[in-house]
Amino acid sequence: MIPHPSVVAWSEVGLGATGVVRRVLTAPDPALATPGEPVDPTAPDVRQLAADLVATMRVSPGCVGLAAQQVGISAPVFSVDVSTHPKTRTHHGTFVLCNAEVVAASRNERAREGCMSVPHLTGDVKRATRLVVRGQLPGSGEEVELETDAFEARALQHEMDHCAGLLFLDRVAGAHAVHPRKTYL
Amino acid sequence: MSVVTLHAITVLGHDRPGIIAETTRALAGLGLNLEDSTMTLLRGHFAMMLVCEGTAGDDEISSALAPLAEDGTLTVSVREVPQEHTPDTDGTSWVLTVHGGDRPGIVSAALAPVAAAGGNITDLTTRLAGDLYLLVAELDLPAGADVDALRAEVDHAAGELGVGATLREAEADDL
Repeated sequence: MIPHPSVVAWSEVGLGATGVVRRVLTAPDPALATPGEPVDPTAPDVRQLAADLVATMRVSPGCVGLAAQQVGISAPVFSVDVSTHPKTRTHHGTFVLCNAEVVAASRNERAREGCMSVPHLTGDVKRATRLVVRGQLPGSGEEVELETDAFEARALQHEMDHCAGLLFLDRVAGAHAVHPRKTYL
Repeated sequence: MSVVTLHAITVLGHDRPGIIAETTRALAGLGLNLEDSTMTLLRGHFAMMLVCEGTAGDDEISSALAPLAEDGTLTVSVREVPQEHTPDTDGTSWVLTVHGGDRPGIVSAALAPVAAAGGNITDLTTRLAGDLYLLVAELDLPAGADVDALRAEVDHAAGELGVGATLREAEADDL
């Protein structure tokens, strides 16, 4: 699978904004259940939000993705970086997508997920392992359609769910598919 | 001032629609909060356990739930229990699956090595479907446990029973 060159080349340095580390909200904060209207990826507040998401993701142990809802902003914007995760195959490094939508999804697999916004539970969730996503890069506003797999595909779906006001708890595979978390990062 | 206490309630017996609605309506009527619950059907029998917190006592809760047991098809028990705190652990979580031809003793034989290794079962399901017996157990192993040795012990026990066993880590990915 060939990573999208524009997404690989994207960096928060080009946003013209200095990222501020934001507090990550936890359920049942209502902001987590509030989807947002589409945003202009070139707008200054969206550039700032993108920089903040990357900055917050970087300082949070084990964090491989962060959505705007998790820092209290109702907007379809999220950051991802799965480059160091052992389950990653294809990846695009650190990037932020705005107004992302799934174009194609296939090959579902079930795996256990945890989330910074649900610190005391994990859950078994079925997600596509082959994924095509369309969205816009903050800053330039370039529309990209990226193809990915494995763990980056799971991370993108998890973050897009946040943007739709959903948590992994909304997707668990059954009544006995939620588990108390025993170890914390 | 009333004291807040924790109560464990079990409801067992003949399944029919409405048992949970009736049980929880009675508990809500006493101002009790459901802290944790699990319910399943065991060979078609309704089986529910729940833990609730509030100021009502065992006798008051038993009285409120008495109508459930009136026709004799359900057994209800209520017992005050202490608060239990689950300590953070640096151990690891595992899932053990055992399946094969049904015979007595599969669960005890498969789980004896886990207990010997200091492993603690945190969730367990067994099912008998035709001749196929299935065991799925979630367990915590203490930090430093020799997983390879445990796997060998479990495999040995499974081999003697003529069933297959798989022990795999139940790792959660943080997103």
